[in-house]
Amino acid sequence: MGLSKPFEKLGDSCLSFLEQSGRMGIFLFSCLLNLIKPPYPLFPVIRQAHFIGVRSVFVILFTGAFTGMVLGLQGYYTLSKFGSEGLLGSAVALSLIRELGPVLTALMVVGRAGSAICAEIGIMRNSEQIDALECMAIDPYKYLLAPKFLAGIVAVPLLTCIFDVIGILGGYLVGVVLLDVNGGTFFQGMYASVEWQDIEMGIVKSLVFGLLIIWIAAAKGFFLHLEKSGGFGAEGVSRTTTDAVVLSSVSVLVWDYLISAIML
Amino acid sequence: MQSDKTIQAAIELTGVEKTFGRQKVLANINLSIAAGKTTIIVGGSGQGKSVILKHMLGLVRPDRGMVEVFGKDLVRASKKELNQIRMEFGVLFQNAALFDSMTVYDNVALPLRERTKLTETEIRAKVREKLDMMDLIESDDKYPAQLSGGMKKRVGLARALVLNPKVVFFDEPTTGLDVSRSNEIYRLFHKTQSQLNYTAVIVSHDVPKIFKLADYVALLAEGEIQGVMSPEAFQLSDHPLIRRYVEETMGPIYSSAKEEAGLYESA
Ligand SMILES: Nc1ncnc2c1ncn2[C@@H]1O[C@H](COP(=O)(O)OP(=O)(O)O)[C@@H](O)[C@H]1O
Ligand SMILES: [Mg+2]
Repeated sequence: MGLSKPFEKLGDSCLSFLEQSGRMGIFLFSCLLNLIKPPYPLFPVIRQAHFIGVRSVFVILFTGAFTGMVLGLQGYYTLSKFGSEGLLGSAVALSLIRELGPVLTALMVVGRAGSAICAEIGIMRNSEQIDALECMAIDPYKYLLAPKFLAGIVAVPLLTCIFDVIGILGGYLVGVVLLDVNGGTFFQGMYASVEWQDIEMGIVKSLVFGLLIIWIAAAKGFFLHLEKSGGFGAEGVSRTTTDAVVLSSVSVLVWDYLISAIML
Repeated sequence: MQSDKTIQAAIELTGVEKTFGRQKVLANINLSIAAGKTTIIVGGSGQGKSVILKHMLGLVRPDRGMVEVFGKDLVRASKKELNQIRMEFGVLFQNAALFDSMTVYDNVALPLRERTKLTETEIRAKVREKLDMMDLIESDDKYPAQLSGGMKKRVGLARALVLNPKVVFFDEPTTGLDVSRSNEIYRLFHKTQSQLNYTAVIVSHDVPKIFKLADYVALLAEGEIQGVMSPEAFQLSDHPLIRRYVEETMGPIYSSAKEEAGLYESA
């Protein structure tokens, strides 16, 4: 009896892990299916894109600018050791487009929109609003979740583009304006070294991250009532939201590595 | 009587069993809801009354047994069939379950916008008609958080009725309301039911007042429906659990006449 206890626990957690994975998978499938099935709810998608995208622009401008500036500063310091400050432009652009742009944008969106989506859907679950939708024969996947997925998949790549552009301008500001790197060389190096496949990697990453963020946030909120630690009340919502933010951030970093490894 | 019942049952639960974790909430539910009538489900708190409603709505699947609505088994119904059945439903949830980021007007308009092809002008007329019926016409641009408990229930009722449903479910429609607000809800219930002729399933604690509205009363206790009968028969029943429930909620005055004298003496 006493001996079998740890094994029971292990089996229990394995089962609940499997159950949760299955649930998440079916959830994603249903959401994407509803995304491609007509009718297409244009207005809700625009509203969600506004929430996820437009309202994140300021944060993205800010973080993008400072990231680019610090890249300019650190890049200049490192490159000047080898006397190759001329490479600053391509160093800034490549690190932004391939890595920092998609990852940092995704992390910002996790903090701003991911947490909000999880809390919103979690509260709707908690106060029976999702049950009410189902009872009115309104499919919550179609009505509530699919617009958020589409908005996330559209908004995150666009935000990443903004991040990249502003970041490059920030690097230009520090490198060329403050540290006297030749402006012509800065952009020339950039044009010469950035290839289509770098851009492609940035786009693929930001698409995957957009999907990942909305998936985790929405599913955590939607299945709040099935949380093992108890998804009840305000505390349940706050704990689940925290879980969703941590899980999304970690997943973004893990997938960043995986995509880099696959595409390189 | 028997054949009458089988034809006219809007909803029929047969041998429904449901366990949550280790807790067996419903042991063996057999209940048939007569079409066009008002059936009240009473029972102590936490006995599973809301769970029974959720079975009828197809929100919860039974572990065993059958839930038939208009003769269709909900467990076997496809998503499309289920939605077709739900088009005939209106639900007033225990806490109203209004969409809290939408105004009162949008709450009531949502089923029309999502489930019908009406134009915004037609929707406006229908929503205003229902809001007018519920005396809510001045509050149409308020948000649920700005409403009192009684008003929330009225908005919930307006939303439940806006598609002119055949069956309306009420989960504790008056719990937490004072006497005059409760009476208001009952008045609205009576008015709307005589206008729209819907079948009503009401879960309530408000005994004995709720009996005035009832055609049938069902007691849920120990995971089973202990009996479905007219309110008069319910109050005079010899069934020990029903007797106990009646005595606990209404006092000994209403218990069967033969023991009345003795009870007065002991009290
Ligand atoms: N989704 C659920 N998961 C676990 N337990 C539940 C769930 N829904 C209801 N229960 C349990 O079932 C019992 C009956 O609940 P309920 O139907 O809400 O009671 P009431 O008769 O007061 O409406 C309660 O003990 C409750 O804890
Ligand atoms: Mg209840």
